[in-house]
Amino acid sequence: MEALLSLFVKSIFIENLALSFFLGMCTFLAVSKNIGTAMGLGTAVIFVQAITVPANNLLYQFMLSDGALAWMGLPDVDLSFLGLICYIGVIAALVQILEMLLDKYFPALYNALGVFLPLITVNCAILGGSLFMVERDYGFSESVVYGVGSGAGWALAITALAGIREKLKYSDVPAGLQGLGITFITAGLMSLGFMAFSGIQL
Amino acid sequence: MMDADTKKVVFDPLVDNNPITLQILGICSALAVTTTLAASLLMAVALTTVVACSNASISLIRNHVPSSIRIIVQMTIIASLVIVVDQLLKAFAYDVAKSLSVFVGLIITNCIVLGRAEAFAMKNPPMISMLDGLGNGLGYSLVLIVVGTVRELFGSGTLLGYTILPSVNDGGWYYTNGMMLLPPSAFFIIGLMIWGIRSWKTAQIEKAEFRISDAHSSEVL
Repeated sequence: MEALLSLFVKSIFIENLALSFFLGMCTFLAVSKNIGTAMGLGTAVIFVQAITVPANNLLYQFMLSDGALAWMGLPDVDLSFLGLICYIGVIAALVQILEMLLDKYFPALYNALGVFLPLITVNCAILGGSLFMVERDYGFSESVVYGVGSGAGWALAITALAGIREKLKYSDVPAGLQGLGITFITAGLMSLGFMAFSGIQL
Repeated sequence: MMDADTKKVVFDPLVDNNPITLQILGICSALAVTTTLAASLLMAVALTTVVACSNASISLIRNHVPSSIRIIVQMTIIASLVIVVDQLLKAFAYDVAKSLSVFVGLIITNCIVLGRAEAFAMKNPPMISMLDGLGNGLGYSLVLIVVGTVRELFGSGTLLGYTILPSVNDGGWYYTNGMMLLPPSAFFIIGLMIWGIRSWKTAQIEKAEFRISDAHSSEVL
């Protein structure tokens, strides 16, 4: 239990997907102009991450990893090279299903997330989460915690950046840095702030 | 040799329409893998190959794919190409591939690949699409190599593993700048690069959303 808790804290702050691994940067920089949309996107990422990481974990454990097909009587088969294509397939399919379910049962949430839900398929934070899960050999319960935690960390980062950018609008930025340039510098400073967490031992 | 159009397609993405500094595509890996020059070079080669091949093959089948399933078809093609690259890297450059960790796999979701497939390859014949992929790959490589060079040179005083600035730890004179090896420095370097490019090519400057009025600023002065 304690291990899971520390994994959770670690995945939010210390190993923040956006600010220490630079995953999902394109959307991170492009969709952070105001807090409302940033929070919507953040929620969607938490949601999708919490479902896809455990799903891919099951897929990896029982289908793809070396010797995983022993239950089918094929102990020598190693399908791990098919990983990438399977994970992205699972992500695309789950996002599609999630979209339909939300549309039917939670129309309010569906409208709030809007166009961001389908866009999440190509957000590298999602695929990155699954790949880290495989690389670090997480078990099923760990992968659930990691999914929720890393999603929450990403949401936190994008909301914070959106908050800063809303204020930044009123400052006098040199012409060449306007827009993308200053956003990079801001994200760099934020990332520097998050480095402070890296000294924490859990 | 090359007519004007072809030249434009290949060389425009280098500076005038760079995927990273102007189109905001493919930033994740540009930031993450650039701690050493070797890793940046390998990543640049891998991405350029994938984007050129995927543009060519997607463009070949562009007239046969119904538009409702095109994203999935594109994803499948890109994912297969990335698997091939990944396996090749693991076979022939295992150490560097290991240091790239998940980022080779993440070429699948690198927006440059999908972005160029959608924006260019779906509308143009194979040859020119491949060149467009090549051009954008080179634009990406350019940024990666610059950032990788700066980070490795100032971060550890070496280039491709050869000592350029002998560091204090090895009895030299250069105090290594540990900050350069940490993630945030990549943000600053790219931010400053954007500033540099935009001061040179002023057409790329973004309009400010909010202008401090001149009357007000002169009052302050």
